Amino acid sequence: MKIERLIKMANDISDFFNAESDKEAAAEGVRNHIIRSWDPRMRREIIAYLESDGSELSSLAKIAISKIPLPQ
Amino acid sequence: MSIDKEKDFGTPASTATDNVTLEIDGFSVTVPTGTSIMRAASSIGIEIPKLCATDSIEPFGSCRLCVVQIEGGRGMPASCTTPVAEGLKVVTQNQKLADVRRGVMELYISDHPLDCLTCSANGDCELQDMAGAVGLREVRYNPQGKNHLKAVKDESNPYFSFDPSKCIVCSRCVRACEETQGTFALTLDGRGFDSKVSPGQNQAFMESECVSCGACVQACPTATLIEKSVIAQGQPEHSIVTTCAYCGVGCSFRAEMKGEQVIRMVPHKDGKANHGHSCVKGRFAFGYATHKDRITKPMIRANIKDAWREVSWEEAINYAASELKRIQTKYGRDSIGGITSSRCTNEETYLVQKLIRAGFGNNNVDTCARVCHSPTGYGLKQTFGESSGTQDFDSVMHSDVIMVIGANPTDGHPVFGSMMKKRLRQGAKLIVIDPREIDLVKSPHVQASHHLKLRPGTNVAVMNALAHVVVTENLQDDAFAHERCDVASFAKWKAFISGPQHAPEALEAITGVSAAEIRAAARLYATAGNGAIYYGLGVTEHSQGSTTVISIANLAMATGNLGRDGVGVNPLRGQNNVQGSCDMGSFPHEFPGYRHVSDSVTLELFADAWNVDLSGEPGLRIPNMFDAALDGSFMGLYVEGEDIAQSDPDIQHVHAALRAMECVIVQDIFLNETAKFAHVFLPGASFLEKNGTFTNAERRISPVRKVMRPLAGYQDWEVTQLLSNAMGYSMNYNDPSEIMDEIARLTPSFAGVSYAKIDELGSIQWPCNEQTPEGTPIMHEQTFMRDNGKGLFMLTEFVATKERVNSKYPLILTTGRILSQYNVGAQTRRTENVAWHAEDRLEIHPHDAEERGLTDNDWVGIKSRAGETVLRCLVSNRVQPGVVYTTFHFPESGANVITTDNSDWATNCPEYKVTAVQVTKVSQTSDWQSKYQAFSDNQLELLAQGVTNG
Repeated sequence: MKIERLIKMANDISDFFNAESDKEAAAEGVRNHIIRSWDPRMRREIIAYLESDGSELSSLAKIAISKIPLPQ
Repeated sequence: MSIDKEKDFGTPASTATDNVTLEIDGFSVTVPTGTSIMRAASSIGIEIPKLCATDSIEPFGSCRLCVVQIEGGRGMPASCTTPVAEGLKVVTQNQKLADVRRGVMELYISDHPLDCLTCSANGDCELQDMAGAVGLREVRYNPQGKNHLKAVKDESNPYFSFDPSKCIVCSRCVRACEETQGTFALTLDGRGFDSKVSPGQNQAFMESECVSCGACVQACPTATLIEKSVIAQGQPEHSIVTTCAYCGVGCSFRAEMKGEQVIRMVPHKDGKANHGHSCVKGRFAFGYATHKDRITKPMIRANIKDAWREVSWEEAINYAASELKRIQTKYGRDSIGGITSSRCTNEETYLVQKLIRAGFGNNNVDTCARVCHSPTGYGLKQTFGESSGTQDFDSVMHSDVIMVIGANPTDGHPVFGSMMKKRLRQGAKLIVIDPREIDLVKSPHVQASHHLKLRPGTNVAVMNALAHVVVTENLQDDAFAHERCDVASFAKWKAFISGPQHAPEALEAITGVSAAEIRAAARLYATAGNGAIYYGLGVTEHSQGSTTVISIANLAMATGNLGRDGVGVNPLRGQNNVQGSCDMGSFPHEFPGYRHVSDSVTLELFADAWNVDLSGEPGLRIPNMFDAALDGSFMGLYVEGEDIAQSDPDIQHVHAALRAMECVIVQDIFLNETAKFAHVFLPGASFLEKNGTFTNAERRISPVRKVMRPLAGYQDWEVTQLLSNAMGYSMNYNDPSEIMDEIARLTPSFAGVSYAKIDELGSIQWPCNEQTPEGTPIMHEQTFMRDNGKGLFMLTEFVATKERVNSKYPLILTTGRILSQYNVGAQTRRTENVAWHAEDRLEIHPHDAEERGLTDNDWVGIKSRAGETVLRCLVSNRVQPGVVYTTFHFPESGANVITTDNSDWATNCPEYKVTAVQVTKVSQTSDWQSKYQAFSDNQLELLAQGVTNG
């Protein structure tokens, strides 16, 4: 999958949850949203991107993705 | 079977709750106050002769045929305009009355062609019936006297004829146009003998404001206004009630038949969504079902450069299954998937998702709601706990203020649009939030109190500003919020929305809407009584589509506008079965009934019922499928009744993805754009050829009934079943009712639904279960559907779209629909509806046109960051400066060549409504259009070769 697309999706999700002042809750919102709506291959790729680079991800997205378990 | 004529009571039913008792011809009758004598009589089987009265419109009292005598009363009052009263004694038949009626009829007939035997209405003519009823035996007037017998026919409308020589000037057509449709296209022109029905200002129908809804034709008691299909083919001999396959209103129709030929579609008076009304699409545009372009033989080919080969059903199904299995063996279980259709029935959609989950072994199923109302599903599920609108359509008749956001009901949902206009004419206030001046903003006897003409892409800012005014001016309904909603979320939301950044004044520069206008609109919505919100794709098809849906829900909860008649949050669904296809588990993360695939209880329930292991991981959404195809991990696709190669955004990307796949299976009635990239074509059945149900925008499950045999031999659910069995997952349904029984067993909101109950009630609005055995017209009356029963307020920060205008792309393109065409146009382009809209055009404001040296009909190139296409332009004040607009009903228009891959953050619903473009005058089609034309021509040639060889 094009990683640029996944990065954009993750950042867009983060933009919504950024309205939440409790950043831990915001990160949980992003994490849950990705786990509940992304196909495992997409999750694997965004986790791999975060682990290898991650520079294009927003700070909230980084926190959230770091807490997503690697799909089997 | 018979033609099953619907009873006409002569005047509308009274809505009064108190009754009066009277005597008619010696029979006692008790009816609601306000009922006409005519209707009271009809209710006990006494039919008073009538011509100008019909129960779909208010009485007029002009024909004088329905006169009666009332004991102790003077003269002979018209029974249609005389209301009942306690103790009245009415006589409907005596010699005096008979003489008057015969005299009236004699006058009518003296100026009427006496061609009954060859008249197209012969056998279905009220004038003929009344002549018989009053015993007219002679006409004493000189036939050579002054008359209208040579009046010229108006044949301009493609669907009906207007023969003024047969007109009795009863005004039923004029009143139907006013009261039922609300267009006011017809008038009675002239006085006395010169009176005549006139479209517009003495224009032909096609030149007038007429929208061809058919209400006038329906109301006409003679052959004056009659369907051309009846003129050509004669009167139908039986009828079958079914449901329209166009928009999300889901109108009930009687398909009036001659054998297996549809003669006409007549709106069903008992239809609870449409109450006997229709639009130009449902009423007349059914000819596509038997169009010569229908493909009725299965076809296969190894490569899209090959000619198609017609094969047997068995060979096609086995080839499709073997290809899908081969791909899974080569690329893995998750390398294939499918797309369900909002044009197919609930049962068919359910079966496709079942095939994918149980037969393919993954959750790679999605549906066209991805590109329209997926944000509705998400936003309303989060806030209210259920992915659906809250009201029935009739609720609007109790609204005091109606807010229409990003919807164009008179074009997109015309029958509901007419009902809404009726309520507005009764005095309800209207707020329109739309970048463009839709018809509702100002039409006969309707004018919006506020038109918030916002910049495309700023919905959330406008909704936040409205909510800010409500909260900071203390207009909210605290009692409702505290009793019915999550209190902590309400407090948090109030603090958030009160922030100065959400003030209308602070957002004015972003939204383009004056703060004063926003404040006035907010006050109106919050204080005018029952406030109802209706919205469409102008809300959902944005990068913040889900956020806007949430902000709408917040506003409705904050003002207590939920849980009763006249209020609510109402998504106007685009296609006939968008609600149903979503209900049926078409999303990759949800089983039927919107239950997440990871929910262990649900997973186990379906695994047990389907006798197979199921995946608890979400599958790919449609745009993800395209991306995965291009990276080589998604190589096989089964598409039922969708045309992703035309309807989805950034179409060049879609086409590349389809080309990359090794097996694309399309099940459709036409070789649509997607089928041009396909390897297997399975011929589908139109809505006239199948049994099942559709669920409309008000959650109403209505019957779809087979009126002719499937042209290709199978209904669509049967084809899916064949494919499933060939894939090795056994399905053995004998009838779609068995599929609905399974849906009911596995889906709590459908637990009480069955074909027997649908037959009994006519239609059912889900939830329908033990608590609500006859369905639920209004949702959330006592509690919301969330686990704790409380509505949830969510924070909705405005985030500007990434799609920005700049000097290279200075205009914003937004897209929409038009009344006469439907979606990608595959159906309506194959009907006479092209008479109204034969091509997509670009609307551009005069200022922007002048800057570019453009005038009407000029060819213009429209270039975005994604691509370029060429259309003719229409200079119009309906769009604001800086905004251009087009429809997308014709594939060659390439509207989706220009749209980008931006999408809603929560659901990936494409941002169709905001594309930065430049518009320039050009003299030839775009490079994409030239290539598309060549490709399309080649594909049609490959089809022709296949048919010839087959």
